[in-house]
Amino acid sequence: MKSLIKKLVETPGPSGFEYQIRDVIREAIGNTADEIRVDALGSLIAKRGTRSESGMRVMISAHIDEIGLMVTHIDDNGFARFTNIGGINPLTCYGGRVLFMDGTRGVIGMDGIERGKTPKLTDLFIDVGATSKEDCPLKVSDVCGFERPFLDLGKRLVAKSMDDRIAAAIAIEVLRKLESTPHEVHFVFSTQEEVGLRGATTAAFGVDPDVGFAVDVTLSGDTPRRSTKMMTALGDGPAIKVRDSSFIADPRLVDWMVKTAQGAGIPYQLEVLEAGGTDGRAIQMTRSGVPAGCVSIACRYIHSPSEMVDFDDVDNAVKLLVKILSEPIKLD
Amino acid sequence: MSKNREVSTNHVPEIDTQPIQLLEKLCNASAVSGDEHEVRQIVLEEVSPLGDEVKVDALGNVLVKRLGQRKNRVRVMLAAHMDEIGLMIVKKHDNSLFEFDLVGGIDERQLPGKSVLVGRDHLPGVIGAKPIHMTTTKERKNKIPVSSMRIDLGPEIGDRVKPGDRATFATRFEILGPSICAKALDNRFGVAILIELLRHPPDTIDLLLAFTVQEEVGLRGARVAAYTFDPDMAVAVDSTPAYDLPHWDEEDENVQYNTRLDGGPAIYTMDRATIADRRLVYWLAETAQDEGIPWQLRQPGGGGTDAGAIHKVRSGIPSISVSVPSRYAHTAAGIARLDDWANTQRLLQAALARLTPDLLSGEQRG
Repeated sequence: MKSLIKKLVETPGPSGFEYQIRDVIREAIGNTADEIRVDALGSLIAKRGTRSESGMRVMISAHIDEIGLMVTHIDDNGFARFTNIGGINPLTCYGGRVLFMDGTRGVIGMDGIERGKTPKLTDLFIDVGATSKEDCPLKVSDVCGFERPFLDLGKRLVAKSMDDRIAAAIAIEVLRKLESTPHEVHFVFSTQEEVGLRGATTAAFGVDPDVGFAVDVTLSGDTPRRSTKMMTALGDGPAIKVRDSSFIADPRLVDWMVKTAQGAGIPYQLEVLEAGGTDGRAIQMTRSGVPAGCVSIACRYIHSPSEMVDFDDVDNAVKLLVKILSEPIKLD
Repeated sequence: MSKNREVSTNHVPEIDTQPIQLLEKLCNASAVSGDEHEVRQIVLEEVSPLGDEVKVDALGNVLVKRLGQRKNRVRVMLAAHMDEIGLMIVKKHDNSLFEFDLVGGIDERQLPGKSVLVGRDHLPGVIGAKPIHMTTTKERKNKIPVSSMRIDLGPEIGDRVKPGDRATFATRFEILGPSICAKALDNRFGVAILIELLRHPPDTIDLLLAFTVQEEVGLRGARVAAYTFDPDMAVAVDSTPAYDLPHWDEEDENVQYNTRLDGGPAIYTMDRATIADRRLVYWLAETAQDEGIPWQLRQPGGGGTDAGAIHKVRSGIPSISVSVPSRYAHTAAGIARLDDWANTQRLLQAALARLTPDLLSGEQRG
C-alpha cells in the first residue's frame, strides 16, 4: 500500500486540475470496480456491487485535489506572481519548490518584508530561473502544486498532499479488499474540495445515495504544546467525526460506525473539529438530504508541504470501511 | 502597466446605434438586487418577439429559449445578471432625511456627495456630506460610516419614499469618444449582449438565455435558472473591473490590474467562485485567435460571477465566464470602451457558431 500512497501523493493535482491524479487513480482501481465514470466536474466515480434487499446505495467520497497556486502575472524580469487555490498559508510558502502541470519547476521567493513579519501572498513570487519576461516559460493561469517527495518514516508517513490522497489510497484499498457487499457502493474520487466541496456537491447529486461517508484528514491535538483544541492523536485509530464547522454527522451513522469498530476490535477515536469541512456536508445537503458521516485520519501540519499521518490509522480505516460495507447498515 | 494598447483615432466602433440606445436605456434604468422590475420590463419587451419560449420564473429571472436547427445541438446557457449594486431605504428621520443600507459590494467611502434616484419613480435625492467649511482636519482623515449618512430628498418628495425602496446613483449614460461612461455597466453590458445574441441566434445550438436576478447579493437567481434549464454547458457574461492604472507613486510594476481597457473580452480561468472548465477556456481563446478578435485573460483571483452558482447545479455544468472590462466598477460611474463591448459580442457570436458536441466529449485535461 505504501507504494500506492507514494504514487498518489507525488502526482500533482491542484483543485480543478485533477486530470493527472485521476488517471493514476483509474489505473490503480483497475478491474476492482464494476463501472467507472467521470462527471461534469471531473470527479471519478467507481461503482461496485448491486443493492440487495438489505443493502443501500452508499457513497464514499475521497477528494483527489490538493491546494496549489495559479499564476496571475509575469513581470518584466520574468518573476511570476500568483494567487492561491484553496487554503494556502504564506508562512509555509517561502523557499518552497513548486511543480507546474507541464513539468516546469520553480522556487518561491519573497522580498520587501521586514524580518520576523508574516508575509502576505502578494509579497511572494515564483522564480523559474527565467532572466526576463520573454524567456519565462510560464503564462497567466498556469497552475502548480508544491513539490516534495514522499517520506516513509516507518510508522509515520509524510507528504505534501496527505490531504487527501491518503483517503484516495484508503478508498482504493477498500475496493481491493472488499469481497462482497449487500450495497451498491459508489466510490467518488471528488474534485475541487479545497475550494468549497464543489466536486462532491455535483457527484452526490448524480449518485443520489441513501447514505454517504467522506474520508478525509483532520487536525491532531498531539503536538508539543497541545495548542490545537482536539482530542485526536496520531496512532489512536481512524477518527469517527461527530461534527466540524461544515456539518454535524448523522448521529445514527456515528453510533453505527462506533459499534462496528467495537465489534470488530478496530481501534477508533471520536473527532470534534471546530473549524474545517469535508465532502460529508456536500453529501448531507444534496437533493432532499442524506444521512452522512466521515472517517478521518488524524494528520499533523495540514496544508503545509509536510503533512504527517500514522500508517496504522490508515490500515485500520481500511478495515473499518471494509467491515461497514460488508454488512447491512442499520440506522436507528 | 504602461503597456496598454493605444486607442486608434481613426477607428469606428462596430456598434450600431440601436444597441447603444438599448444599453443607454438599460444603464439608466434602476434595478437594485431584488427589485429588477425596470430592467426586466425592458428585457421582456426586447426578447418576447424573438424567443421560442419566454418566461419569468419564481425569483424573477427572465428565461428565454431559442432552439437551433441542426441535429445534436449543444444546449448552451448564457447568463447575464439584470441587477446592480445600490442602496435600500431603511428609516425615515425628520425633514425627510433617510437612513439606508448597502445592497451588494459598495465601498462606502465613495458615497458622500453623490446624487441618487430613489424608488421606481426615480425621485432625486442626494447623499449629504458635511461641507468642508465645517469639518476639522481630524474628521477629514476618517471615513464616514454608512450609519452616519442620510439621503436628503426634501419634505414633499420625501413623503413618497418608504422603507425598502431602492436607490441607485443618478449618473446618466454618456458616450465619451471611444468610451462609455455610465452606472451599472456591471452588468447591463451582459444583458445587452444576450439580447443581441438573440437577434442573431446561431442555428447550431439551443440558446438558453437567463437574465438573472440577485447576482450582487450571492448569485441567487442564476442558481435556480440553471436548475430549470439543466444545460450541457454555461457561459456567464458579465463586466469585470479594469484597474489598469499606472502606479505613479511607486516604482513597482502594476501586477494586480485584473483586466485592461482595450484588451478585449476578458476570459476567466479562476475566481473565488469558479474554476473555469479549461475546455471552454481554449474554445473561447482559440475562437478569438482564429477570428482576430483581441482578448485577454482576466487575472485569476477574487470575485465571482453567475458561473459560480451554475456549475454546481445538479450533476455539474461545465461553465466559464467572459466579461467586458470596465474601470471603477461598483461606483457611481464606470468607464468602458465601445470596442471591448463590440469584441465581446463578436467573440461570443463566433464561438457559439462553431460550437459542436465534440467540445464536451472528452474529459477536461487542463
